[in-house]
Amino acid sequence: MRISKFAYLLTFLLLSPLTLANSDYNMRKGVTDVSHSVYELHMTIFLICCVIGLIVFSVMFWALIKHRKSKGAVAAQFHESTKVEIVWTAIPFLILVIMAIPATKTLIAMEDTSKADITIKVTGSQWKWHYEYLGHDVDFFSVLSTPLSQVNNEEEKTETYLLDVDKPLVIPTNKKVRFLMTSDDVIHSWWVPDFAVKKDANPGFINEAWTKVNEEGIYRGQCAELCGKDHGFMPVVVEAVSPEKFEQWLTEQQLAKTEAVKEAEALLSQTLSKEELMTEGQTVYMGYCAACHQPTGLGLPGVFPGLKDNAVVKGELDEHIDVLLNGRPGTAMQAFAKQLTVKQIAAVITYKRNSWGNDTGEVIQPSQVQAFIDKTSGE
Amino acid sequence: MSTQVQSSEHAHEEHLTGIKRWLFTTNHKEIGSLYLIFSLVMFLIGGAMAMVIRAELFQPGLQLVDPHFFNQMTTVHGLIMVFGAVMPAFTGLANWMIPMMIGAPDMALPRMNNWSFWILPFAFAILLASLFMEGGGPAFGWTFYAPLSTTYSNDNTALFVFAVHIMGISSIMGAINVIVTIVNLRAPGMTWMKLPLFVWTWLITAFLLIAVMPVLAGAVTMVLTDKYFGTSFFDAAGGGDPVMFQHIFWFFGHPEVYIMILPAFGIISTIVPTFSRKKLFGYSSMVYATSSIAFLSFIVWAHHMFTTGMPLAGELFFMYATMLISVPTGVKVFNWVATMWRGSISFEIPMMFSIAFIVLFTLGGFSGLMLAITPADFQYHDTYFVVAHFHYVLVTGAVFSIMAAVYYWLPKWTGHMYCITTAKWHFWMSLISVNILFFPMHFVGLAGMPRRIPDYALQFADFNAIISIGGFAFGLSQLIFVWCVFKCARGGESVPAKVWDGAEGLEWEVPSPAPLHTFSTPPEVK
Repeated sequence: MRISKFAYLLTFLLLSPLTLANSDYNMRKGVTDVSHSVYELHMTIFLICCVIGLIVFSVMFWALIKHRKSKGAVAAQFHESTKVEIVWTAIPFLILVIMAIPATKTLIAMEDTSKADITIKVTGSQWKWHYEYLGHDVDFFSVLSTPLSQVNNEEEKTETYLLDVDKPLVIPTNKKVRFLMTSDDVIHSWWVPDFAVKKDANPGFINEAWTKVNEEGIYRGQCAELCGKDHGFMPVVVEAVSPEKFEQWLTEQQLAKTEAVKEAEALLSQTLSKEELMTEGQTVYMGYCAACHQPTGLGLPGVFPGLKDNAVVKGELDEHIDVLLNGRPGTAMQAFAKQLTVKQIAAVITYKRNSWGNDTGEVIQPSQVQAFIDKTSGE
Repeated sequence: MSTQVQSSEHAHEEHLTGIKRWLFTTNHKEIGSLYLIFSLVMFLIGGAMAMVIRAELFQPGLQLVDPHFFNQMTTVHGLIMVFGAVMPAFTGLANWMIPMMIGAPDMALPRMNNWSFWILPFAFAILLASLFMEGGGPAFGWTFYAPLSTTYSNDNTALFVFAVHIMGISSIMGAINVIVTIVNLRAPGMTWMKLPLFVWTWLITAFLLIAVMPVLAGAVTMVLTDKYFGTSFFDAAGGGDPVMFQHIFWFFGHPEVYIMILPAFGIISTIVPTFSRKKLFGYSSMVYATSSIAFLSFIVWAHHMFTTGMPLAGELFFMYATMLISVPTGVKVFNWVATMWRGSISFEIPMMFSIAFIVLFTLGGFSGLMLAITPADFQYHDTYFVVAHFHYVLVTGAVFSIMAAVYYWLPKWTGHMYCITTAKWHFWMSLISVNILFFPMHFVGLAGMPRRIPDYALQFADFNAIISIGGFAFGLSQLIFVWCVFKCARGGESVPAKVWDGAEGLEWEVPSPAPLHTFSTPPEVK
């Protein structure tokens, strides 16, 4: 009884890495045909390596045990054999050829991005993803939503710690989805293990990848290429839904977008209170600015400038709006014109001009930001 | 007459004392010691950075350091270990052993030898000093991919660039010296196919160094001009290409990994026959295999870049070429096993390290083969699986071979046998902890943990705690090594000229400790 239990445990321990595809030990089998064949390739080459290792090390340890000096072993004199050398050059070569065939097949399938049902442009920037459904007039940013308090160990970490975003990418199942990858600043890499898709997003260039997801579900991944300070805080979340639900979602998004435009127009005639702008501004600041400029407004000296007593923040309003909208080319300062609404920009500028001892007392209204946009777009 | 000149020079040299003796030395043994001591210091500094990394990763969440400093630690840890620990250690071994192995009185270019060592401390002083400046040191990974290292880096990048330049100059001078020495100063009768394998592997390594260190110098220079002088080699907005940086970097980077492993092959090929009391099996095939690996190392670089978006034909070429490397590497492992087969084996400390090397390096080779399979690489790339892979080949590969070499030749250098018990403690502690440290990295990598992140999702927590414990244990174990070497340098049981009964080679014909000047008149090699 005890022995059988022990044997069971031993078998489990030995085989668990091999059998539990979606375990914490092994590569995920994933939810696409491609990810399945990648998993098969992985297991095949792994087993080949195991067998070779077993044979070579058995021979070696046999020699180490049997041909010990302490057991009176006397060294033989042989020290070369062309025949043997040819054999152990040729056999590995043949194994490699056998291995290369399925690898080539899978690779050719992976690189075939033709005949896609839908195309999504994926743009990385420090440290968020932007998704644009080409031809459907839908686009949005996707940012880490795990609160800082969890990262700083002030609050208990949730199950999807660091793998949650405010707005996941939504794609239809059973359709060929093509991704066009690019970047606005440094190199990022978009990776979803369950799709076996990992592709670099290079600034100024466009890469292609595709997937066809078989099962509905939420799939999580991360940026895989070191992209600066918050590289570890840039997850990818994809929600695969049925094509019907996807169409419905797409329509909702388009409607929401029209609504938002209307709302923004309405805002222009309103005057918002300082309190409202400061509250909204703080939210925007923590979500979009604090990663570099720090919640304290002090920045990281030598890397990211502080905003406390900053010449731009305390200076001319037009320049401040300009930097926020258009960024500072050649630095890490991004252009936020497409990321934030006019109201958010007005709010965050108000917040910056009235925080950390910056006491300009100015209250910036959305209409002022809009006026700047109208003025400069004519230029 | 020449002997007279020589002896008067010796008198002059030996006259210097204190710091001046070391500053102005042109003696290959003293310079070799300087290199080895320097590399040990760097190994401890780089190791301390690894301890910071592992301490932060012990638990999920940010505890000790902020992400920007974490990135500096991973970057400088990599740079120090590659350029400060492993490469100078091999150069130190080359300085000590190559002249003694080929029956030469010294390195061929002794003054350049002095210079190539003494610029190194400045390079690393610059690099380490940058950590204490505003904005901190380099934080873009030791691979310094553009544009993270150009437009998006801070001004200390300039210091990084100059430090790398100096390291490169040092390596190139060292390599020239090795080649000139081996080609010109072999004792009469020491024909090419009689060269000890350590000499052979170093000769090939030196050619690799001369071929690729200028490429690295080019890469850092382009980073410098892109950042400060308005060029746009790697900036698409000016007609450049960030992926071109990776092509240039890895054209240096891949031969570089062989620069760090070929001398290790030479060491293992020296030690295994000694303690098997049998000649190395397949000497000539070892030479050819080393040459083939060196050649192939130039045509596989883009396997580091499969996810950058290469044309299919490119991916296939680099996959096939990379898979091919496992053939000559396999030949080497088979030859070592065949050397042991029907030998008369004993397990002295250098042999234990060599056996650990063969098993664990091969393991790293297996994961390397897996990484070569492009479709699978899409899943492995930039995860801890890669971290596990290169630490198996570099720590249990290159570093273990260096330790094997030190335990093998230390009695020859000092004239004393080290404390075997201490050395055994070092070996077993290192062997066990290094596997606790690096083996679970395969698991977290396959399960999807990216590399170079300061914080991670909860499913990786258990393994990371185990990895960190292994890391601390491995770090502490190296203090045993320092103690063991230090004690042996201070004194111990005297050893004869031929320290190991099965050892072969000219270095065992000179007394122990090896006198400052050996083979002033060349020996006759039969």
